[in-house]
Amino acid sequence: MKKSPREIIDSARQISRRGLMLGLIQVGTASVLGLKMRSMQLDHAEEFRMLSDGNSIKIRLLPPARGLILDRQGLIIAGNEQNYRVTLTREEAGGDVELVLRRLAELIPMSETRIAELLDEFGRRSAITPIVLADRLTWEQFSAIAVNAPSLPGVTPESALSRAYPREGDLAHVMGYVGPVSDYDLSRIEEPDPVLRLPDFQLGKIGVEGRLEEVLRGKAGARRVEVNSTGREMRELSRQEGEQGSTVQLTVDAALQNYAAQRMGEESAAAVVMDCETGELAAICSSPSFDPNLFVRGISNTDYRALMDHDHRPLADKTVQGVYPPGSTFKMVTLMAGLEAGVINPGTRYFCPGHTELGGRRFHCWRRGGHGTVDAIKSLEESCDVYYYELAQRVGIDRIAIMARKLGLGVRHDLPMSAVAEGIAPDREWKLARHGQSWQIGDSLNASIGQGYVLASPLQLAVMTARIASGRAVSPRLIRSIDGRREPVPVWPELEGISAATLRVARMGMDAVMNGGRGTARASRITREEWRMAGKTGTSQVRNITAAERARGVISNDQLPWNRRDHALFVAYAPYEAPRYAISLVVEHGGGGSAAAAPVARDILLYALNGGLPPLDAVPPEQRAALETRHNEMKLYAPEPPRGGRTRV
Amino acid sequence: MSYLDYKVAQVPTGFRKVLYINWPLVLLITAVCCIGFLMLYSVAGGRLDTWAEPQMYRFAIGMVVMLGLAFVPMWFWRGISIGAYVACFLMLVAVDLFGVIGMGARRWIEIGPIRIQPSELMKIALVLLLAAYYDWLDMKRVSRPLWVLIPVVLILAPTALVLVQPDLGTSIMLVAGGGIVMFAAGVSLWYFGVVIGMAVGLVVTVMRSRGTDWQLLKDYQFRRIDTFLDPSADPLGAGYNIIQSQIALGSGGWSGRGFMQGTQSRLNFLPEKHTDFIFTVLAEEFGFIGASSLLALYMLIVFFCLYSALTNRDRFASLITIGISGTFFLYFAINMATVMGLLPAKGSPLPLVSYGGTSLMILMLGFGLVQSAHVHRPR
Repeated sequence: MKKSPREIIDSARQISRRGLMLGLIQVGTASVLGLKMRSMQLDHAEEFRMLSDGNSIKIRLLPPARGLILDRQGLIIAGNEQNYRVTLTREEAGGDVELVLRRLAELIPMSETRIAELLDEFGRRSAITPIVLADRLTWEQFSAIAVNAPSLPGVTPESALSRAYPREGDLAHVMGYVGPVSDYDLSRIEEPDPVLRLPDFQLGKIGVEGRLEEVLRGKAGARRVEVNSTGREMRELSRQEGEQGSTVQLTVDAALQNYAAQRMGEESAAAVVMDCETGELAAICSSPSFDPNLFVRGISNTDYRALMDHDHRPLADKTVQGVYPPGSTFKMVTLMAGLEAGVINPGTRYFCPGHTELGGRRFHCWRRGGHGTVDAIKSLEESCDVYYYELAQRVGIDRIAIMARKLGLGVRHDLPMSAVAEGIAPDREWKLARHGQSWQIGDSLNASIGQGYVLASPLQLAVMTARIASGRAVSPRLIRSIDGRREPVPVWPELEGISAATLRVARMGMDAVMNGGRGTARASRITREEWRMAGKTGTSQVRNITAAERARGVISNDQLPWNRRDHALFVAYAPYEAPRYAISLVVEHGGGGSAAAAPVARDILLYALNGGLPPLDAVPPEQRAALETRHNEMKLYAPEPPRGGRTRV
Repeated sequence: MSYLDYKVAQVPTGFRKVLYINWPLVLLITAVCCIGFLMLYSVAGGRLDTWAEPQMYRFAIGMVVMLGLAFVPMWFWRGISIGAYVACFLMLVAVDLFGVIGMGARRWIEIGPIRIQPSELMKIALVLLLAAYYDWLDMKRVSRPLWVLIPVVLILAPTALVLVQPDLGTSIMLVAGGGIVMFAAGVSLWYFGVVIGMAVGLVVTVMRSRGTDWQLLKDYQFRRIDTFLDPSADPLGAGYNIIQSQIALGSGGWSGRGFMQGTQSRLNFLPEKHTDFIFTVLAEEFGFIGASSLLALYMLIVFFCLYSALTNRDRFASLITIGISGTFFLYFAINMATVMGLLPAKGSPLPLVSYGGTSLMILMLGFGLVQSAHVHRPR
């Protein structure tokens, strides 16, 4: 196929024309590409740079380790333990989440319903969100999963710190517990720390955990990480460790608390042991208790119902939240008010015929036959009610109320615990304000023996006792040190307006209760002279006894249903000569204070004094065998060697 | 002795042909490939053996192929044009019948250890055949309807086979490559006008077909179109690639983040970063300077080919050169336009730079033809 030169030239011209056209089109296209490049890379570079950085660099908060809570000996009562768990990210599971779950179920117990729940959750959540499959695994389970990781795509074994309360129920009410951050929690806080929004973060809910949340929480650390397109971390750019929260040491002695809880047993009771000099609370125990660890793990509905439905109210902190008519334990207040007012002197006697008539109403003494002639000491020793009826009419309620407040009743004590009750030390003004009625003389009579309107918490009763014992305005304290720095112990001022003579009469009366020949709590005395105890029993009615009932004869407590029986109360301090500890104890519906409360309080007080199990020779000989049996049956923690102030876990 | 015979006699023979090879073109190709090695080294996180090294071997082989082909005289190409076309056509049929399925489509056939993608070979064979056709065809008949219909059938027959694989991208490349040869051969512009008009009509029809039972494209192809039209509608799904590649490209700025410093590619935000999206890596790490330099190198390659074609009086050789350089142009223009969001993502490699043997070898084969045409030009 030879072509003529003519053809060749035509062809060349044709191709040149079209070739140039093509070249122009190509240059045009390339220019468009170049201009687009220029627009993106030069004109809009900043925007894209920002998008790119946001793509790749993420700040991840490092939750701080929560501060420890120690008891006064340095024992950890709230620590942090490794929590082993596994999470699964759907995107990494290789398409078949169910298969992975089934394989996992061979390694750790996982019910069918749990698998179904999880599958449902995976369906709802984003593919890149890790979902917790199982929590609180044992080390064996955890390592089994780690070993089998290749056949479990997307499954990540993780370990994180979680709160643990080694003493379980013993200190539950004091320490409270932590729990997941709720929307309600966030709404209450002005500017919530961003760490609170971490999915697994836990916040102190009640008790010391709740009240000292800011102190215990610590400061979150942060990691700057480069993440890839699926959100997986590629490398860490920088890391700033968080700061562990402060270590808080409580004044409470865990061993004493343990003993107190065991000694109170299943009773619905509360005990407060307070240092008479410093005000430090050595034990503050509400019974029955609950295991705060349940709340950390997320309490099951059944467990929660069981706690709520329990008629002994384990969730309530009876030591500071519960208020009770103090009964005869209030008599010191009335007596001291009378002595200070000069209405009586220690030798003033009243005659007790077993009741007092007032305005057509009959006010009974607990002893129907009466106490005969009664002076100040005897009034306490035998707890004569008529003496106080007589006294109350002369002193008047307002002076009684003033004395009550001086001794710490009707006053809210500032403790880092939840819902600390104020109690009631009633006076005329109070009744008018609260009930819109004027004070009746009968009200005074009831109040004088700690009934009627008077209400006090076990904490307040312990404060009252400590103040009588020390003569100083000691207030309760719960925090011994923070981060090893001792909280300063205030020098408690002398009780204002209460003379030493008045105090001495009250103390002698309380001593007579324990050690007098006819003392109401003589059976519960401490027989070791150096720990000689002074105290006062109380029995407070939770119902009114009608005249008709009284005529038939008062039904004894044993025959009443539990929740209508009297509260048993007891306050005491020891040693008598140089008071160290004051105790108050309330046994709800326990019956008489001398029988139900006094022996328990005595034993707890002995434990505090001895720094260990009460020596048997400190109790009356006939009780020793029973006490020993009791001790053998108790489930007490083995003593642990004390640790330093800033132990970390 | 005619003018032509005289000139052909001047064609170098034997080893002297080396002197007549278009060396600037060889250099430009090598430069672009070196940029490719650099980028492959970078996206592998500073590792040679992942992608860069195998690619270097392929390049070496490709270079030998190209230079080898440069020695092959023109008459050989003219002679095998029909045979090559038929062979490729049969292979395409074979692929459709029992090819290997990969990436949701049948594209390869395996002969022993070699995987052949006949659709890629067809790009070259089609150019060859059309060039031979127009070389043979009397110039006066070029625009006659019957003589236009023949090349159209030659183009559409393999295109149809590729389309059912399905591989829309290569189909378009085949039509465009064939179209370029026809355009260069001087087919009346009216035909092109009509075809473009029809193409627009087709696009409208295709879009209308969505969701009906005569749907003309696979769902994923429709989704790509949706993504192209509005990438932000589904930023983590279908639009993801485009958004991330635009971010990478734009964040490069004037001079880029620096070699091996591209966060987008380093952190896997870029999909297929070593193949289809390698341009974004370059643009991210070397910025506008790097990206526009590569574009300039590409354009230089196209210009050298075009110049070679326009100064070549052998019609067959000119048409081959224009056809191949035009296909090459389409390759990089489509890839760049895709990653910049100007065209829907359809998964095409960046010529000479992307990792991948087939694409590189076909290109080197094509440039071998261009060199052959250059060496054996009538003088």
